[in-house]
Parts: sequence; structure tokens; C-alpha cells
Amino acid sequence: MKTKTVLAAVLLATTAMTGASAETLRWARAGDSLTLDPHAQNEGPTHTLAHQIYEPLIIRDHSGAFQAALATDWAPKEGDPNVWVFNLRQGVTYHDGSDFNSEDVVFSITRAKSENSAMKELLTSITEVRAVDDHTVEFVTDGPNPILPANLTNLFMMDKTWTEANNASAVQDIAGGETTFASTNTNGTGAFTMVSREPDVKTVLTANEAYWGKDEFPLDVTEIVYTPIQNAATRVAALLSGEVDFIQDVPVQDLGRVGDTAGLVVKTAPQNRVIFFGMNMGDEDIGNDNVEGKNPLADVRVRQAMSKAINRDAIKKVVMREQSQPAGMIAPPFVNGWNEAMDASSSTDVEAAKALMADAGYADGFSIQLDCPNDRYVNDEAICQAAVGMLAQIGVTVNLDAKPKAQHFPLIQNDETDFYMLGWGVPTYDSEYIFNFLVHTRGEERGSWNGTGYSNTDLDAKIVSLSSETDLEARNATINEIWQVVQDEQLYIPIHHQVLNWGMTEKVVTEVSPEDDPKIKFFEMN
Amino acid sequence: MTDAPISETTKTSTRPSGFQRFWQSDFMWSFRHAPVAIVSFAVVLVLVLAAVLAPLIAPFDPFNPASLNLMNGFTPPGEANAFTGDSFVLGTDDQGRDVFSTILYGMRISLFVGFAAVFLAMLLGVTLGLLAGYLGGWTETIIMRIADVQLTFPAILVAMLIFGIAKGITPPEYRDQMAIWVLILAIGLSDWVQFARVVRGTTLVEKNKEYVQAARLIGRSPFAIMLRHILPNVLNPVLVIATISLALAIIAEATLSFLGVGAPPTKPSLGTLIRIGQEFMFSGEWWILFFPAITLLALALSINLLGDWLRDALNPRLR
Amino acid sequence: MLAYIIRRVAQSVLVLLVVGLVAFAMFRFVGDPIDNMLGQERTMEDIERLRENLGLDQPFIVQYYKFLGNAVQGNFGLSYRQGRPVADILMERLPATLELAFVSGLLALLGGIALGIFTAIRRRGVSANMIMTVSLIGVSLPTFLIGILLIYVFSVELGWLPSFGRGQVVDLGGWTTGFLTKSGIQALVLPAITLGLYQMTLIMRLVRTEMLEVLRMDYIRFARARGIKERAINFRHALKNTLVPVITITGLQLGSIIAFAIITETVFQWPGVGLLFINAVQFVDIPVMAAYLMMISVMFVGINLIVDMLYFAIDPRLRVDRGSGGGH
Repeated sequence: MKTKTVLAAVLLATTAMTGASAETLRWARAGDSLTLDPHAQNEGPTHTLAHQIYEPLIIRDHSGAFQAALATDWAPKEGDPNVWVFNLRQGVTYHDGSDFNSEDVVFSITRAKSENSAMKELLTSITEVRAVDDHTVEFVTDGPNPILPANLTNLFMMDKTWTEANNASAVQDIAGGETTFASTNTNGTGAFTMVSREPDVKTVLTANEAYWGKDEFPLDVTEIVYTPIQNAATRVAALLSGEVDFIQDVPVQDLGRVGDTAGLVVKTAPQNRVIFFGMNMGDEDIGNDNVEGKNPLADVRVRQAMSKAINRDAIKKVVMREQSQPAGMIAPPFVNGWNEAMDASSSTDVEAAKALMADAGYADGFSIQLDCPNDRYVNDEAICQAAVGMLAQIGVTVNLDAKPKAQHFPLIQNDETDFYMLGWGVPTYDSEYIFNFLVHTRGEERGSWNGTGYSNTDLDAKIVSLSSETDLEARNATINEIWQVVQDEQLYIPIHHQVLNWGMTEKVVTEVSPEDDPKIKFFEMN
Repeated sequence: MTDAPISETTKTSTRPSGFQRFWQSDFMWSFRHAPVAIVSFAVVLVLVLAAVLAPLIAPFDPFNPASLNLMNGFTPPGEANAFTGDSFVLGTDDQGRDVFSTILYGMRISLFVGFAAVFLAMLLGVTLGLLAGYLGGWTETIIMRIADVQLTFPAILVAMLIFGIAKGITPPEYRDQMAIWVLILAIGLSDWVQFARVVRGTTLVEKNKEYVQAARLIGRSPFAIMLRHILPNVLNPVLVIATISLALAIIAEATLSFLGVGAPPTKPSLGTLIRIGQEFMFSGEWWILFFPAITLLALALSINLLGDWLRDALNPRLR
Repeated sequence: MLAYIIRRVAQSVLVLLVVGLVAFAMFRFVGDPIDNMLGQERTMEDIERLRENLGLDQPFIVQYYKFLGNAVQGNFGLSYRQGRPVADILMERLPATLELAFVSGLLALLGGIALGIFTAIRRRGVSANMIMTVSLIGVSLPTFLIGILLIYVFSVELGWLPSFGRGQVVDLGGWTTGFLTKSGIQALVLPAITLGLYQMTLIMRLVRTEMLEVLRMDYIRFARARGIKERAINFRHALKNTLVPVITITGLQLGSIIAFAIITETVFQWPGVGLLFINAVQFVDIPVMAAYLMMISVMFVGINLIVDMLYFAIDPRLRVDRGSGGGH
């Protein structure tokens, strides 16, 4: 399409004068947000959409670093290590024009701690939130909590008056299949306001004229049209044909094609997510194998052999097309407690693996079923398939059962799988989060995603101690001790750290955020 | 329902000498003078033979995971792999499997599913159609209402539903093979209605003819009448439907693979191969999609053309 | 007549009840909705509470009874995935599917009849045989592959037509239509072809067979013998008699177009009920799955019923076979 030069010049002149051009960002990814209630789900795509409309006290910028949002600064209270003081930004208004103040923070945190909230586990240490004055808030915790700010980066602030007036004070009860005013309407302080939304079809947002951060962020985008496109080929086609400007999940095999297309750019960055296999080592005998009366996975030598059989470099080269970083521990490098030596510790050695199998009494191998998701991680099914071939080299015959995540995850939760794939992201950037879910004995409070049946009371005690340890050095030492046990026991078979691939047109300029949650206000448009 | 007469049915169907005479005369004349039919038949024959003899023809066994080397992945046809130096006639797929061998083995699965599903549909449809048409009354009402229910569920839905149940009830060690039986059951179940309707229609017409009335008068049992007198009359349309259904079943299997309820990727059918291959369409690894797709096309198209010709050839009014 | 209608309607209701039971029963095996509805961090307490709220702890038959009672009133409960009434979601999505089904049905009917006539009249011609063969290619490849190939050629390589979605839609009081905008019509082209191709082939072959049969009838021979123009014979006499079975079959196929739209909608991200269903399967959203299936069933059974009654009205002797010519 050729516009007449004169006309173009006139248009350019006009936009230059007003200083802001009307830029629409057409944005697609595989899935949609689940609800607009910012406290009802703790899930990536849901938070990503909420980040455009609502704001927390603190955000992470696209490099993962803290940045002041609705709080301007924060620090532990002098003389009382159990209290954090947050100074709030002044002159911030909600989309409906009302002012943001400390009352809203107290209200929002209380709301996010309530029964239906999906965010409450991140706030367990908070016993009280109090407004000191209109723009100062104190968070009281049950003990010193040095990492509290890290738990607040997805905790969005809502207007007390608006929420109460619309009978939405209680968090939407997803469990009860409830719809509330707040789950279909929004009133945030964020850079964009909602124009229209059809779940799974299309969401349109427009720039908030009264946004406080107008001078702090590029804010080049004035309108966002967000369309989920499930089928990968269709999504890539939409980018290639210029129907969308930005997709968050370019399949690894299409990176070359997208990158080589004139006018398109691929940006890549390590993601805060590690992919690994879990094994049921806790049971006396397991159902999904061909060994009677024994559990081969209970033998650490078998687990080590299986880890040694996996050729992570081949997976990286062929399945992931270089878009992964082989892992030796189940913590992404972003996480406190990650350690270079441990992460480099996994090696491929089929001969040694065979020897270990023979030592353990399984020279002839055994057969087992591997449960794998096929719509959750990058090339999840292909990784599992590759593992089937590699494990066959040491005599382990694997029956692969790949299925949608909705059917895969319950298997882990309900102890119905003996060998499974799982990926873990760490939003708090701290090892405690991993230990709580994946290492601690499965119980009421912790260990809900520990499908290995592993149980070690000493280790459990150490994990619990992390939440109240104030001496960061001592805490880190404990973290390291726990990791040592996890590594020695080969509790999991780490595969790799995932890499994010964002595809966009040349006019879109942004860095990739490690949480895969683009905040469009950071986007610049050429 | 009634197992004994079913097996008899299939036996008797090939026996009548009238059918054989027909085969040797008109039918073959028509075949010899239809080049499309000859070519189609040859293609089907070659493909079926290749599938049956896959273990002898295929240079590799793609179903043996221990023989695979992931580093061979994405080798273009006829070129040497950059890491291993191995080369493959039609290249390799994303897991380093030889595409040629995988197609042969995959076709085995596709054809097996197709034939078995059509056989199941035919068995069910012919039996129920005969019963409905001959006995009438409540039997007919029940069978035809079941047919309505069946029509309500497209094959895709039936397969997804059966898959869900089967996963829940099969013991883990059989789950690997389960997929194939589920496919057969799902496709077979959604296809029997056509057979039943045609057979019932013909039965309704035939049962009022004088020779049937006569047979009834001399005290022949209903089963004998159905098998000896009515069944031969429905064989032609049944054969036509069966042929078309075979092509449909093979395509249906491919479609189900796209929706994730087909053959597992470790033991792929042609449909699963196409589903995997389409992921690499934009990235330039065309052979992973192209060869399986062209094989499927050749197979289904030939069967369809054969069915087409059969329909015309067996319908004397159209000649 | 009345007795027949009553009996037939009663049977249809029974069919629907069975469909509902089967659907509901089977969906219970597809997966556990709890897992999707609660995030990664949840307690056993949450799970129990949710089970209770959803009534998943009750005996199966009680769940089904409740479901039916509500379904009769058009109340299918709330979607687990979206937390909104399923009926509302279905009503939002239905226009997209119906418009797609309408356009592809029309395409199939017009194209099918035209090509069917042509191939019947020129039965031994080269071009007619070519058309017959080429048309088979359309049914010899899986729909999803045809869709993706069309996207590749017309969206990516040529850049002529959009690859996904409905384009700009206009809201006409609860019914969103893509017919009124240029982008809406452009967006319809590829999905409609993908979905209609199979039906078109079917109709074409049906028309051809029927035409050939009719052309051999005595009255056509007489007409020919009387020197009536070939054209008049073909169109005035033969075609007229062909159309009745063709329209019947097309009517019956309408239901299956909507069902087959599942695949087309998935490939083209077409925001209709088929895509909704696939999403529901992935999220184990039982109310949506059950409602979708009930909707499809009502549609199929309804069409069936109407066709049966029409047959009955036209010729009571012939209230029998009608599906012999068609696929499924």
C-alpha cells in the first residue's frame, strides 16, 4: 500500500506536533486470561493482562529488577524488624477518577488474603496491614520477612470504594463457579483501560490519559488488541502475514523463518522456568512398571543412571534448536540458591549408566510409563519422546503417554504417576518456593507438587526454618545444604531451563521479560 | 446381540457361485476397460503390500526407540546429517527417525485401523439393518433410534469420549496399544449407521417379494431367509459403502490425531506423522510433512476412485 | 398422522435423554476440573470445598438429574473456565458458527449442484472426469491439513486473506455478524472453503448419481424422443426431480457441518462453538462440554424429526429409507 507522499508528510507533521502517535499493538499468544478479578487466579496469562490495567506496589521491569510502582519506596521499619513500611505514590487516580490511597492498600491486601483468593499463600506471613496516614502503609509480619517485597510484585491494588459499591469485596469464588462485577469489569490505576472483552476471542485496551507514569514509561502504544490464537501454525502465520504485531510464543522451529522475514524480529531471553522429570521413589512397589514386588526407582543408582542416559545437549540441539540451557538442578539461574557448579553437574554417560543399572540389579532394564503434558511447555511431548529413545539405550523401556495439561497435572497431584514431566517457575526468585512445593514431604501445608513420595524429616525441618530465618547468610547456607541433599538423592532429573522467544514486527521495541509477562507500557514503537 | 449368525453371514457371502460368475464376466470387463480403476487398484495394492511387508522393506525399525539417534533429527532427504554423517532416502523427522521407514510402519497402523473399523461397522450395520428390516416392530424402532443417537455424535466426538473412558479403565501396561483399539471402536461405531440404513431399506423391499413369502410359507427359519435370500441382495451397496468408508476411516484417523486422540507419536500412524509434520511447514523441513501427506493422499484417493468406479460398475442402470 | 407425530416426538425426547446421559457420563472421565480451577498453590481443604460446591461429591445419577432439570430451562450452569453462564457463552459464540456453517453450506450446495449437473450431462467427457477425480482430492486429505495449506498459500505467501478470526464484526442486538464489513467477509473465505469442501464433493456426487438415474427414466426418454431440447430436458425435468433428495441430504448434513466446524474453527481460531468445545475439553469444562453436546443433539434430532415428518406428509408409504445415498 502506497500512501501519497504529500499526505504522509502532512500526517507526519500532525503527529509530530501532537507528540503522540496513535499506535495500535496487535498482540497474540496461545492462551487467554482466566478472569479479570486480579486476586482470583495465580497464573501467568491472567497476571499479564492484569498488569496492563492494574498495578501492584512494586513491579519487576523487563530485566527482572524491582521498580517502584504504586509505592515510591519501601524499607523495614527502624527498630522493628517485623514491620515493613511502604510510602505510596501521590496523585495517582483510578480509571474512574477516584484517588489511590493507603486505605486501598489495606483493603486490597486484606482482600487478597481472604478465603477465595488465589494469592493468599504469598501473604501468609502478613498478620496486619495498617494505614499510618493517607500515603504510608505498614505491613506487620509474624517474624522478620526479608523477602516480603518479592511476594508483592503480582499483587494488584483495587479501589475500595468502587469494589465495595459493586459488591465485589469478596474475591470471585472460581471454585464456586461465581461471577462478580470485578471478574468482568475493571478499575485500576494502570496505563491502559478496558474497552471491550470477549474471553478467548478478543480484548481491547486503550491508553489511560490520566496515567501517573506518563513521563516515566515510553507509553508509545495507545491501543492494545489482544487475541489468543491456540494453533501454533496459525499464530505464526498471523505474524508472518502481518495480522498481528507481537506474539509471545514463537515455536522454536519457526524462529529462523520469523527472523528472516523482512520487517520481523525475534527476541530471545532465558525464562525463569526449569523443566525436569520426577520419579516415584517413595512406594514399595509401583503400578506402572513391569517389576513385581520392588520399585526400581527407589534405588538412587537407577535414578542416577536414568539421568546419565539423558543427552541434554542433543535435546538442546535438535528438539529445542539451541533454545534451552541444559540444567543440572531444578532451580533457574534467577533464583537465590542457584549454583553454577550444581547446574553444570549433569552429564551424559551411557556406559556409566549401564554399570549403575547393573549394580542396582537391573542389568536387563525394566519398563515404565512416562506421563507427559503436550500443551504446557515448549516442545514438551518431543522432549519426552526423545527421552524414550535415550532411556531405551540403558534398557529402560518407556511407554509414553502424552496428554493435555488438564489431564496431566492431576496425575501428579493425586499420586497416580510414577514417572512424569514437570516444569517449575519461581516468581519469588528464591529457593524456598521450590523446596516448599517440590521437596518437602507431601502434606497439608507444603509439598503439594512433590509427586516423588520422597520424605525426609530432617530436610523438612530445614525447609520450614527458611521462612523465619533473618540472617540471610545462615539462610543461604541452609538453602545450600538442602540443595546438596536434593542433588545427591537425584530427587529429580533436570532437563533444561526454558528460553523465551518473542516475535514482533520491527516497529515494536522491547526486551523480553523473564516471567513472560510483557508490560506494554515499556514498549517503544518505531 | 447375536453372534452366531454373524460369522455365518460372512462365510456365506463369498460362497454363491452366481457372484463368482458375475465377478468373472461383466464386472471384470468393466474393470479392464476403466484405466482409472486399474491404476487405483495398482496403487492400493502396492501400498497395502508395502505396509504388510514393512519389516522386510524398511531399512530401519522406527518403533524401536533404542535404535534412534536424536542427533539424526531433521536430516534432509538424500543429504548427510551434519553431526552423524548418516543419510536417509526421504530424510528424517524431528526425532531422527527415517521418514521412509516411518511411513511404511505408519501406513500399517492406518490401514489396520481403517480395515478393522470398516469391518466392525459393516458387521454391526449389516446385522442390525437385517434385523430391523426383517423383524420390524419394536426391534426396528429401537435399532433405528439408536442409529439416530449415533448420528448425533460425529466420529470426532465419539472418539474423544471413548478415549476418555478407555484411559480410565485400561491397565497401564496396555495403554500403549489402547489408542489403536479406541480408534477402531470410535470410527467403527460412528460408521455403522450407513450400512444399517441401506441394508434395512433393501430388506424392506425384498421381504415382501414373492420368493421370500414362499420361503416363509414352506417354514424356513427367519435367519435362513435373511442369510440366503436377503443378504446377497445387499452385498453390492455394502461393498460400495465399505470402500468409501475405508477411505473415510483413514482420514478420520488422521483428523483425530490432530485433535490429540490418535495413535501415539512413539508408534505413529500416517495421520500422526502429518500432525507432527505440519509443525515444520513454515520452517522449511518440508519432507516431514510432504511424504506422509502424499502417501495418505495416494492411498485415500485411490480407494475413493476405486469406490467410485465400483459404485457405477455395480449399478447396472448407470452403465 | 397425529399418533405418528406424537410417537416420533416421544422417541426423539428419549433419544435426547440418552444422549444427555451418555455425554454426561463420559465427560466425567475426561479429567479433573478441580486442577484447572485452582492454581498451583492450593490446599486439600480448597479441593474438598470446590468438590462440594460443584456437586462433584454427589452420586453420579443425582448430578445427571440436576443437570437435566436445569438444562430443560436453558440453564447449563456456569462455565468452570470463564465463570459465566454457559447459555450466555453459547449464545455469544453461536452466530460465528452459524454464519460459517451457512456460508460453507451455501458454497457446498451451489458448487455441488452446478458441478453435479455438469458431470452428469458430460458423463463421458474429459473435463467431467477430471472434476470427479480432482474433487476426490478434497476428501482424501484431512481437513486440518487443507486449512493449514490454505493459510500457508493465501495468507502467508500471497497475503490476500486473513489467517485467523472473524475480522471486524458488527453487533446487531446480540447477534454479531461478519457479513457487514469487508474484513469480516474476507475472514470468512478460507474457513468456509475448508469446511465446505467435503460437503461440496458429497453433494456433487449425489446430484450426479441422481441426475443419471433420472435421465434414464422412461419419461425423459419419451421427452427426448419427442424432440424436446436437451437443455430443457436436463434442467426442466431431470434437475427438478433430482433436487428433492439433494435438499434432504443437505439438510441432514447441516448438523454435521456444525460438528465438523470443530476442526476448522481450531485451525482458523474462529470464535464459534466448536472452538469453545475444544477449549472446554482442554480445560475439562464439563458444563460447556455437556451443553455443547446437548445443543448439537437437539439440532440433529430436530432436523431428523422434521425430515421424517416431511417424508410422512409427502408419502406415508415411504416413511423409510432416505440416507442411502449419503456419507455421514
